Amino acid sequence: MNGVQVSTTVNGDVEEFVCHPGETLLEVLRNRLGLTGAKEGCGTGDCGACSVIVDGQLVCSCLVLGAEVEGRKVATVEGLADGNRLHPLQDKFLEHAALQCGICTPGFLVAAKALLDDNPDPTEEEIRYALAGNLCRCTGYDKIVRAVDAAAAELRKSSKKKASGRKK
Amino acid sequence: MPRVSLASGFQAAVDGAVSVEIEAATIRELVRRLQEQYPKMTRHFDEGVAVSINGEIYRDIRDLNIPPDAEVFLLPRLQGG
Amino acid sequence: MAEQSYTEQEFKVVGSRVRRPDGVDKVTGRARYGADAFAPGQLVGRILRSPHAHAKIKKIDISRAEKMKGVKAVITCDDLPDLTGGRGPNFDILVNCMARGTALYHGHAVAAVAAVDEPTARKALKAIKVEYKALPHVTDVDAAMAEDAPIVQPGVEHDGKPSNIVNVSQFGHGDVDAGFAEADVIIEKSYRTEQTHQGYIEPHACLASVGPDGDGELWVTTQGHFTFRNVCAQLLGMDIAKLKVTSSEIGGGFGGKTHVWMEPVALALSRKANRPVKLVMGRDEVFMGSGPTCSTSMDVKIGAKRDGTITAGQATLRYQDGPFPGPWGMLGAMTSWACYDLPNVQAVAYDVLVNRPKVAAYRAPSAPMAAFAVESTMDLVAAEIGMDPVDFRLQNVAKEGSKAAYGPTYGPIGIEATLRAVKNHPHMKAKLGKNQGRGMACGFWFNFGGQTCTDLNIGVDGTVNLTMGTVDVGGARASMSLIAAEELGIPYEKVKCNVGDTSSLGHNDTTEGSRGTFSSGMATIFAARAAIDVLKARAALMWEIDVDDIEWKDGAAHAKGIEHSNLAPLTLAEIAKKSPQTGGPIAGHNEVVADGAGVSFASHICDVEVDPETGKTKILRYTVVQDAGKAIHPDYVEGQFQGAAAQGIGWALNEEYVYGEDGRLQNPSFLDYRIPVCSDLPFIDTEILEIPNPNHPYGIRGVGETSIVPPLAAIAGAVSNAVGVRLDHTPMSPPRVLKAIREANGR
Ligand code: FES
Ligand code: FES
Repeated sequence: MNGVQVSTTVNGDVEEFVCHPGETLLEVLRNRLGLTGAKEGCGTGDCGACSVIVDGQLVCSCLVLGAEVEGRKVATVEGLADGNRLHPLQDKFLEHAALQCGICTPGFLVAAKALLDDNPDPTEEEIRYALAGNLCRCTGYDKIVRAVDAAAAELRKSSKKKASGRKK
Repeated sequence: MPRVSLASGFQAAVDGAVSVEIEAATIRELVRRLQEQYPKMTRHFDEGVAVSINGEIYRDIRDLNIPPDAEVFLLPRLQGG
Repeated sequence: MAEQSYTEQEFKVVGSRVRRPDGVDKVTGRARYGADAFAPGQLVGRILRSPHAHAKIKKIDISRAEKMKGVKAVITCDDLPDLTGGRGPNFDILVNCMARGTALYHGHAVAAVAAVDEPTARKALKAIKVEYKALPHVTDVDAAMAEDAPIVQPGVEHDGKPSNIVNVSQFGHGDVDAGFAEADVIIEKSYRTEQTHQGYIEPHACLASVGPDGDGELWVTTQGHFTFRNVCAQLLGMDIAKLKVTSSEIGGGFGGKTHVWMEPVALALSRKANRPVKLVMGRDEVFMGSGPTCSTSMDVKIGAKRDGTITAGQATLRYQDGPFPGPWGMLGAMTSWACYDLPNVQAVAYDVLVNRPKVAAYRAPSAPMAAFAVESTMDLVAAEIGMDPVDFRLQNVAKEGSKAAYGPTYGPIGIEATLRAVKNHPHMKAKLGKNQGRGMACGFWFNFGGQTCTDLNIGVDGTVNLTMGTVDVGGARASMSLIAAEELGIPYEKVKCNVGDTSSLGHNDTTEGSRGTFSSGMATIFAARAAIDVLKARAALMWEIDVDDIEWKDGAAHAKGIEHSNLAPLTLAEIAKKSPQTGGPIAGHNEVVADGAGVSFASHICDVEVDPETGKTKILRYTVVQDAGKAIHPDYVEGQFQGAAAQGIGWALNEEYVYGEDGRLQNPSFLDYRIPVCSDLPFIDTEILEIPNPNHPYGIRGVGETSIVPPLAAIAGAVSNAVGVRLDHTPMSPPRVLKAIREANGR
C-alpha cells in the first residue's frame, strides 16, 4: 500500500497513523483508531451520522480524507464528556428521551455542540436548521430539539455562574 | 358446537363453505378436528393460521378453551413491522 | 389464561419517565451496533449486484478474482446449495440472498467476495465477469397485471395462465351491490402510492464466523436474532444449537430488519475463507438490496345515505410484492375498513410480482396505503353530503360488537375514543390562514404477541439481572426494568436489563407487530412472580416458618399472623445475601406465548400550508391521538407516536422509489430519496389514551406501529383543503401538487 503518514490530535490526544490515500477520516477513526462512535449511515454526506469537528468546524467525516487532518484537531463524540461528567447535551438527551435507537445520536450531539459553541442561545428555528444535516428516522426530531434547547439553557446558566464568579 | 367461520383464502379447503361446524372445546382440538375432516386445511395450518375467539386473535396459543357460544374465525397468520 | 388478565392496580414505578439503562453508552459513542464489532483476522465482505432489472445469468467467471492477492473467498449461488426443498419462504430468502440463474431486479446479489481490506474487495468485485442476457422487465404494478406483461416468476399462474398475480384475497360481508343500491350518494375514486423504504439510519451489518468444525457465530443488527439463527442454520445446513447469534444494538428497523437479506452470504464467505467476515451494506445497497414496502394502485367506492349512514364500501387493492410472494395485499385488504361498522363491505386484494426488490414489512405493513384510499374517500363522501368529516366517521365508527370487515366481531376497542378526543381537541378549532388546510384521518393495526422467553437472576447484593430475548429497538430495556422493579417492589435502579444471545435463552419471536413491550413485559411479570415464590420459600427457611404464612409486599417478605408479629420483614436484599446458605442462587424464569395483544387505533390531525407557486407543502401543526393501553414509559410511547407520524409525513410528501425505463432504481441515496429532516417538521403533539388491554396483567398494548397509518390520508386531506383539489397520489411532492392545481384550473 502507498500509505500516507499522518499525525493529528483526536480529542486532545496525539494520534499517528498510516492510511490509504483514498481512505476517509470516518474509516480511519473507526477502523484504525477504534473510535466507532461516529457512524456510517450513507458515506455520501447526506445523513450526518459521521459528524465530527475538525479545527472547530463541523464536518461529515465520510467526506474528509484521513490524510487531510494532518496537523489538525479532531473532536468526536467520544471526547464530549468531561471525564465521567456527561456534557449537558448528553445529559439532556437522556433526560428528554431524545434517542430511540441511538444510531444518529453521536452525530446529533456533535452537530449540536458545534451549534451551541457558535450560538449559545438559538431559537427553535435555528436549532432545526442547524440540525437539518442530521437524519433521524426514529424520533420525528421533537425530543431532540427540546433536549438541545434545554442543554443550551443549562450551558448559559453555568457560563453565567462562571462569569459572575470571576467578577467577584 | 362452535361454528367456525373461515377467511376466503381457506374456503376452498372446506369445499367452498363460508363456515363449518366443529365439535371442539379448545383451539388445539379445533385444529386437529378441522384437519381430520378437511385434510386440505393442513397446508394452511403448515403455512400459518390465526384463530380469532370472540374478536381476540391468537397466532400461536392452542390450549385455550373455546366458550360455548364463542364466535370462532380462522384468519391467515399475520406479519408486522 | 386467567393469570394473563388485566387487574386494575396502582403502579409505583411503571409509568414514570426514568432514564434508560443503555442511555449512557449511546450518548458517549460506546454502544456497539452492527458495524462496530471486530474479530481477530476478520475479512471485509462485499456483494456484486445485478445492473439489470431482469436478466438470465449465463455465466459467472470468478477465476480471476479468486487468484487476486488478498482475496480469500469468492462465492456464487453454487456455494449456497438449496437445502429448502425448492419452495417456501426460506427458499425465497435463499434466492434473494444470491441469484440462482436469473437476476430478478436491479441490485439482486449475484456473487460475493471476502478480502483482506476494502480496496482489495472492491477490486475483486470488478474482476468477476458475469455474462447476462437481458430479459423484458416490469416494475409497475398495473403494468405487471396486464395480459402481455413480462412474467417475473415462471410457474406462477392465475386463471390457468402464466401471470404475475400471485395471490388474490377477499374479505368482507353483506351484499355490496344491494348496499350501493340503497345509497343516496356514491363516490368512487382511484389512488396510487409509490414505494417507500423504512429508511433506518443504520445499514444492514454483520460479522460472521464459521470454524472448521462447522460451528458458527453471527453478530448482527436484527429485530429477531432467534429467527435469523433458525433461517441461517437451515440455509447453511448447520445445527441450530451450533450457530450462536448475538443481536447488536440496532440502529432502527421498522420491519426492515425482521427479514434476512445477506447474513447467509456472510456465513458462506466465512465458511469458505475459514476466517471471520464482516459484511456491511452501503446505503445504495440498503435501498436496492433490502426490502422496501409495496407501491400500490387502489380503487375505493363508498355509498352513503344523506343522513351520513354508510350503506356499502368496496375496495380493490393492487400491491406489488417485488419478485417474491408476500402477504402484503392481503394485509391491506384486512386493515382497509377496520375502523368502521359497515353492513355491506368488501375488500379484494391482488399480490403482484414485479422486478423490484423483495418487499419487506414496514411498520403496520400495508395498512397506510389502504387507509390513504379509504380515508380520502370518506372525506369526499362527507363533503358531498355536507357533513363534518369527524362526525361522519363517528356515525359509522366500529364499536364493541361490530363485525370487522376482516371477519371477527370486535370486543372493546378504542377507535371511537380517539375520534372523540380529536373532535374535542383545541387543534380542531384553531384558525387557518391563506393557502392553509386541515385534514384528519384514522388508522388501525392488529398488534401481535408471540413466543417469548425471559430470565431474571438476583445477585447476592439484591440487584437484579433481567435477560430478555426480544430485541430492544427503542427503549424496551427501560420498560422491562420498570416492570421487574414494579413486580418485585424494588427501585428501578436495582434492575439491569440485557438482551440475551441465542445460546442464553429459549426461542423468542422477532420484535415485530409492536410485540416487544407487550410480550416481554408479560414474560417479565411472570419471571418476577416465579422469583418471588423462591424468595418467599427462602424467607420461610430463614424464619423457620411455613411458606404459606408469608406474603410479598413492597420488596420484602412479611410474616402473616399474630404469632409472627415479632418477625420484622425481610427485604429482597437481605434474603439474597443469605441465598448461598438457603439453597443457592435465586432466579425466576418464564416462557410464554403472549397472545391477545389487542388491536389498536389512532386518529391524527394535520395542518399544512401549500405554496401555490412551487407546490411545496409545509406541515404547520400535527397531533397524534392513539390508544396505547398502559404506557409503561410515557416518553418512549410518545416517541413511537412521533416517529411513526414523521415517517408517514415523509411517505405522504417526499419519499418514493423512482424507476427508469430501463428498470433501474434512479435514486438509491438519502440525497435523492428524501426523508424528513429537522427543519421540515414542527413539534408533534401526542395524546396517549390509556385504555387497558384486558389480556395483559398490566393492560399493555402494542404502540409502535399504528400511528404510521393515518398520516397519508390526513395530509392528503389537509393539502386538498389548502389547494382546493383532491390529491390521490403519494408522495404529494411539489411537482405532483403543482400539476394537480394546474389541471384543476384547466391549464
Ligand atoms: S455517513 Fe457521513 S454523512 Fe452519512
Ligand atoms: S434515534 Fe434512531 S435514527 Fe435517531
